[in-house]
Amino acid sequence: MTHYLLTVHGPAEMEEFGNYGSKEEMEEAFAATGAFNETLHADGYWVFAGGLQAASTATVVDGRGETPVMTDGPYLETKEVIGGFWVIDAPDLDVALKLAAEGSKACRGKVEVRPFEGLA
Amino acid sequence: MQGTTAAVERVFREEYGRLIASLVRRFGDIDIAEEAAGEALVVALEKWPASGVPPNPGGWLTTTAGNRAIDRIRREKQREAKHQAALMHVDDTPHEHTGPVEDDRLRLLFTCCHPALAPEARIALTLRLLGGLTVAQIAQAFLVPEVTMAQRITRAKKKIAAAKVPYRVPEAADLPERLGGVLAVLFLVFNEGYLATGDGDPVRAELTGEVIRLTRVLRRLLPEEPEVAGLLGLVLLTEARREARVRNGQLVPLGEQDRAGWDRTLIAEGHDLVRECLAINLPGRYQILAAINAVHTDAATASDTDWSQVVALYDQLTRLDPSPIVALNRAVAVAELDGPKVALALIDRLPLTGYHAWQVARADMLRRLGRTGEAKEAYDAAIAATQNSAERAYLSRKRGELV
Repeated sequence: MTHYLLTVHGPAEMEEFGNYGSKEEMEEAFAATGAFNETLHADGYWVFAGGLQAASTATVVDGRGETPVMTDGPYLETKEVIGGFWVIDAPDLDVALKLAAEGSKACRGKVEVRPFEGLA
Repeated sequence: MQGTTAAVERVFREEYGRLIASLVRRFGDIDIAEEAAGEALVVALEKWPASGVPPNPGGWLTTTAGNRAIDRIRREKQREAKHQAALMHVDDTPHEHTGPVEDDRLRLLFTCCHPALAPEARIALTLRLLGGLTVAQIAQAFLVPEVTMAQRITRAKKKIAAAKVPYRVPEAADLPERLGGVLAVLFLVFNEGYLATGDGDPVRAELTGEVIRLTRVLRRLLPEEPEVAGLLGLVLLTEARREARVRNGQLVPLGEQDRAGWDRTLIAEGHDLVRECLAINLPGRYQILAAINAVHTDAATASDTDWSQVVALYDQLTRLDPSPIVALNRAVAVAELDGPKVALALIDRLPLTGYHAWQVARADMLRRLGRTGEAKEAYDAAIAATQNSAERAYLSRKRGELV
């Protein structure tokens, strides 16, 4: 089994209903994502998952010097940022891609699939 | 001695795809498979010149390479005992029946053509691992520097290993969506075999033969899929003309081929497949190309060719695939109906100046129109744009005949 990071990418600028067009759309996506998470648990792929606050709430810390340097905002200023992620445990890339497609449909965002080199 | 080395290398090249595919299936790792195959070649080059080529060279290479791979894995296990559990899993048991068809090369083909790999990496990997072409030959075929091609292939292999792209034929439900990529690569590999890009052998029958073999396996897997039948018909009807296509080291164009040299068995099978596709009536790219080749192979002589039918089929293909390459092939057929002047006007519009077939078609039209000076220039451009020795010989002759 291999661990994969599934990251959801969406616009950095959040509207009133997150990345969704309306309240109904947002609620539908949340419900679908919840149902998808249930199947990940039931089928044994689930490791961890979470949705993130807006990228504007991020802080970059550089601790390589004597005193850490803090910078407000995300590490990279981009139009699209990571909005949430799953960590799954799957037998191969075909399974990971299939789950990513289901997750993408549920949360209505593009999903990047990236294998872990290892997991602590 | 020189001859024996060449013979060993030929056997190795012919057996390469089968060898690599069975090693990948057994050891689950492309790098281990390639290295073990390379070591088996070294042993063969030492032993065969003295002992002679064994009766079953493929089996000999598989056994020798398998032993080398096990030796290597054992050495690495001792060196990196800590990591052995994670990395050094040796699967010596018969492979599990995961897909509907048992064929190592077909599995590896689906891996090489995986949608998670970049399209240009898919064909390069297929040519490398199943076709046994060297990185240098593939680089030449793609017109990119060898270093670039080596990086492309290395990157794809690394992704297969790190992201765990599986070695298997997809489940029946997933097959149709994976099929398009596989058919495209098979057709490209066939074309590379039928008119090799580099300056080595002008025709590589082991590549065309391997594509036919793999397409037959695919057809057994997907008997209802008309595009698979179409591709098989297309490659059979093309392969049927292979022997007649090169004479005295020169390419012979379709119209000048000795039709007695065509393989009638392959043609009959190809025609059956085309009729089968017509009955299903779900036309696609490969079926239409097969139908065009059926028209050609149906004509007793070149002048008997039903060119209006050929043009009509190209019109149909253009609606599915309005690419300049299709337009070029259509224009060549139009020349037979409406003359070279009409065809040249169509050809000149196409953005294909770097493509040798465009230069060849243009040269031919200019020659037929008696525009000798321009024809000579076009032949020169065509010769410069191809490295295939048989095509160069043919074009040089045509250019030489112009006065």
